[in-house]
Order: sequence, then C-alpha cells, then structure tokens
Amino acid sequence: MRHLIAAFALLLAACGAHAQLSIEITGAGAQRIPIAIAPLAGEGALLDGSRSTISAIVRADLERSGLFRGLEVPRLVPQPTEASAVNYAEWRSRLADAVVFGSVSARPDGRFEVRFRLYDAVKQAALGGVAYTLSRDQVRATAHRIADYIYEKLTGEKGVFSTRIAYVVKRGARFELQIADADGANEQAMLVSNEPIISPAWSPDGKRLAYVSFQNKKPIVYVQDIEVPKQRIVANFKGSNSAPAWSPDGRRLAVALTRDGTSQIYLMNPDGSDLRRLTSSFAIDTEPFFSPDGRWIYFTSDRGGSPQVYRMPSSGGEAQRVTFEGSYNVSPRVSPDGKSLAYITRNSGRFQVALLDLVTRQSLVLTDSDLDESPSFAPNGRQILLASIVAGRGVLTAVSSDGRVKQRLSVAAGDVREPSWGPLIP
Amino acid sequence: MRFLWTTLIALALGACATTQTTDTQPPAGVEDRAPGSSQPGAGTQSVPAKPVTGVDLTGSKPAAGAANPLTDPSSLLSTRSIYYEFDKYDVKDDYRPVIDAHARYLREHGGTKMLIQGNTDERGSREYNIALGQRRAESVKRMLLLLGAREEQVEAVSLGEEKPKETGHSEEAWARNRRSDMLYPGEY
Repeated sequence: MRHLIAAFALLLAACGAHAQLSIEITGAGAQRIPIAIAPLAGEGALLDGSRSTISAIVRADLERSGLFRGLEVPRLVPQPTEASAVNYAEWRSRLADAVVFGSVSARPDGRFEVRFRLYDAVKQAALGGVAYTLSRDQVRATAHRIADYIYEKLTGEKGVFSTRIAYVVKRGARFELQIADADGANEQAMLVSNEPIISPAWSPDGKRLAYVSFQNKKPIVYVQDIEVPKQRIVANFKGSNSAPAWSPDGRRLAVALTRDGTSQIYLMNPDGSDLRRLTSSFAIDTEPFFSPDGRWIYFTSDRGGSPQVYRMPSSGGEAQRVTFEGSYNVSPRVSPDGKSLAYITRNSGRFQVALLDLVTRQSLVLTDSDLDESPSFAPNGRQILLASIVAGRGVLTAVSSDGRVKQRLSVAAGDVREPSWGPLIP
Repeated sequence: MRFLWTTLIALALGACATTQTTDTQPPAGVEDRAPGSSQPGAGTQSVPAKPVTGVDLTGSKPAAGAANPLTDPSSLLSTRSIYYEFDKYDVKDDYRPVIDAHARYLREHGGTKMLIQGNTDERGSREYNIALGQRRAESVKRMLLLLGAREEQVEAVSLGEEKPKETGHSEEAWARNRRSDMLYPGEY
C-alpha cells in the first residue's frame, strides 16, 4: 500500500501540475492486477502540458481504479514496441500478469501515431492493441482511451478514464461550476457566479448539464450546452425550482417545484415545455432520480413523518417506500445496472453514504465521515463519487462500491462539492 | 477540431497498412480504430477534444440599497427574521407581533411586494434543505395572507443551506441559520 501511494505521488508530481483537483488514494482493492506498462518507444517526443508521458498517464489511471498495480519497468534495450516479441518468462519473473508495449511515431503532417499491444503474461497471449492518431493537445485524452481499453480487456467492464465529472467549487464568495476529466485534469468553468450553484446533472449524451443556480436570488433550473456559453432557463416558477434529473433517453427532465405549494415532483421537456405534475402529496417530495430502464423515479419524501426514499412509476402513480431503517434517508441514486441504490443516511448524527441492494434489501454503509452529500455513480457502477467535509473543507471522495478503495479529490483554497459523474463517451 | 476529422481518416488509411504488416502475433492484432468507435478497421482517427466554454456572472455587483423606512430600528418592521427548531417549520408564537406588523404594512401599501427567503442549517441533503427552507418560507407567507396580505404581494422562496448567515459548524451557528427572512424590494 505504501508503495502504491509513493508511486502514485510521483506520478502525480509528474502530471499534476496543471490539474486543479488533486487526488489522493486512501485505500486499494485486496487483489490488484500487476501490470507492467513499458515506456512507449519514442513517447518522450509527445508529452502533455505538465510533461507526463502517455505510459505514465495510463498507469496512473489504472492504479487510481484500485484494481491494478503498476510495476516498475527497468530500462529495456532495445526499447520494445508493439512489434516486439514478448519474453513471457521474463515478465512472469517480474510478477507481471499483463504487459503493455507500444510506440509513438511522428507523422509527416506534424501529428503523431500511438500504437500499443496488450499481453496476458500468464496465458502467454496477445490480447489486442489499438493505433491512434493524435495531435499534441490530445495526449491525455489518448492515454485515457488506452487505459479504458486495457481496463476493459482485463476486467471485462467498461473503463471510465475518458469520462468527465462536474462539480461546484466555492472559493471565498465565488461559486464555479466546473467540468474536469475523471482524473481531475483539464478543469474548465461552465459557470462562475457570486450566488450558489447546486445539483449539476449530465444529460445522458454528455452534451448538456442541468443545474440549479441562485443567480436571480432564488433556485432556478437551467440547462447549458457544455460547448456553448449560454444558459437556458427551463424551470423558473413561483417559489423554488430544483433537483433536475434526466430521463435515460434524455427526452424528459424531472424537477422539484414549489409552484403549487410544498415541494412536488414534475416532468418537463429539457426546454421547459410540456410540464406535468407527478406527485400530489401534502409532504415534501424532492430529489427525483430515474432508474436506468426509465420505468421508475426514486425520490425523497417526508410523507411518512421523516425523510425517506420512495419510488413511483415514471409516469406517476402510487409510491412505494424503499428505505426503512433510520429517520433520515435522502438523495437516492440508482446504480447503472439498476441493482442497487446509493443514498445518504443519518447514522448516530452522522451523514454517510449507504448502498442498498434492491434485490436482497441488504444495505451497507460505505463511508465513515460525518457530512457526506450528493452521491454519484461512475457510469460503470464501480465507484461512487460523493461530497464530504474533511477538516472543515469540502472535498470529493470516490469510493468503490465495495467500500474498499477511496480516493480524495480536493482543490487548494476552496471547497469542492456537488459532484456529478458524466456518462461514458460513445 | 472537426475540420481535421475527414482529413485524418484519409491520412490514417496509410497507417492501417503499416499496422497490419507489423502485426506478427495473431490472432490478437493491433486494431486500428477511432477512439470513439466500436467498429474495428475504420482507420485511425483523432481523439475529439471538446472545449468547455463558460459563463461569468461575477462582473456585476448589486447596487447598494437606499435608506428605507422599514429599517427604522424602533419599529417592529425592522425585525425580519423568524427562527426555527431543528427540522421544523412552524412559526413560534413569539413572532406573532412581528408578522402582524408586516401584514399591516403590506395591507396599507398594496403596491409593495415581499420576498420571504427560507434557510436551513448545513446538515443533510442540499436538495431536501431547499424543500425544507421552502416550507419555512411558506409558513410565514401563509400567516401573512391570513392577516390580510394579498397573494400577489408575497413570494416565498428557499435558499436551503446555501446562504448561511453563520459559517461555523456549531449548534449556535446552525440555530442562526434555521431562519426565514422577510425582504422588501431593494433588499434582495
């Protein structure tokens, strides 16, 4: 473990210079796949803005997942490329289960080509490889694609290294809605305001964000294209407009509105048209979240006397209570496979993330912090990103869905909160 | 970015041939493909880098409020805040005279409007706290309407836990943040 942190700290020092969010791993899976990623031949000609190599970024990605252990690779002469033969016995003696060889070459058009091949050192077989053409500003994006490929080949699940996250940073009196790569690099502001911003939610195609901004002195729901600096108001009714959630097909937006009294759940088109009321309780109904199959909307309600998670058909109708233990269970988020539910539970005065298996009804508290908020699943369901307070500061934590691997993402001189993990990029 | 795309497909086709000749370890060959494509053999392509372009709202500063008769400290009307117990939204009897005074003011100034902002302490879900803050603001509004203010005059909104008056994490700070504020035009 200490070895991993040390190695990761080095990588971070190498590649973290322009990353706004810094990441610290505070736990790792019990069984990590040992992988040797040889420096790609010629990759020194192609560094990202903070002078890290593609192989270093790939290794950092894989290690951050908690499922891989990057092995130190000695200087090899001649430097192997994707065309080199693999001496499996030698790599087994280095305890590698998997080996990556590759190369970078300059193209006459000023661009570059990256090729790599992945080997299973145990089965002594090549597992595949890819070639990418890229320009200098695509080093990190290409490395994340390579890491996704390796992750999927070796675990059978989709990698999420090419995905993006959205979150809110509070610096002094200023609020910033930020988007960054899943590793915290390439932070870019969507919105900067002197008033609070909460509840960012990615459209399923990853092209738009819905969020709540207080810039007009009350909560109003906006949708904004991430490439166009223009806000569109989608819900600005009397009272509060909040808690946007996209339907899985991206065609409807569920919101919580107080236009008819207490907070109730409504459906609308993402342009604000075709508003329809879904709940009719005299209680607080808020925090809608669609199940991945689109059939259900999970939500928070205090209709039973304390805030609990309920669900109802997404076309409206009778609600069923989902959480029963404890007096405060809020912020439901269904996992991408639809089999479990992450939510915030109050546990002896502490607010923590719990995971409920929707089939067995078993629940598991995943964190041991005091003020956790806003859980958000990675699109492969492997991790949950959440906001918490550590030493008085707002930080993000990514916890694996078995609770074992934790990473902390923080910013210097600011509070980070309201994370939302974006979808897989098709 | 996009203008490069078509060019690159053409350029990449040459690269395909090279890749296949270097593929000496079948059956798992180097697969040329676009980073975003699940179709093998489509040719190497560029990884699309999507720029994010944002909106900056911090430039404009609100104008300072002019002197207002409603702020005379000798008047009950200068009291604007109602405080609550944890997780509660009912208005305690102590606040009755204050609400009476504001209802009378609204009755006598039919063109005046009021914004009520409900607030909560920092604990729990931000969205649930928006809803709880709204209930607090609504409870004040309901009393004002019962005392003769008109619906069009009063808007109740919630700030949830987002605009704490006290930023500390103590019971005292939380108590001061569980609050509804009654505000007149120019004050918000």
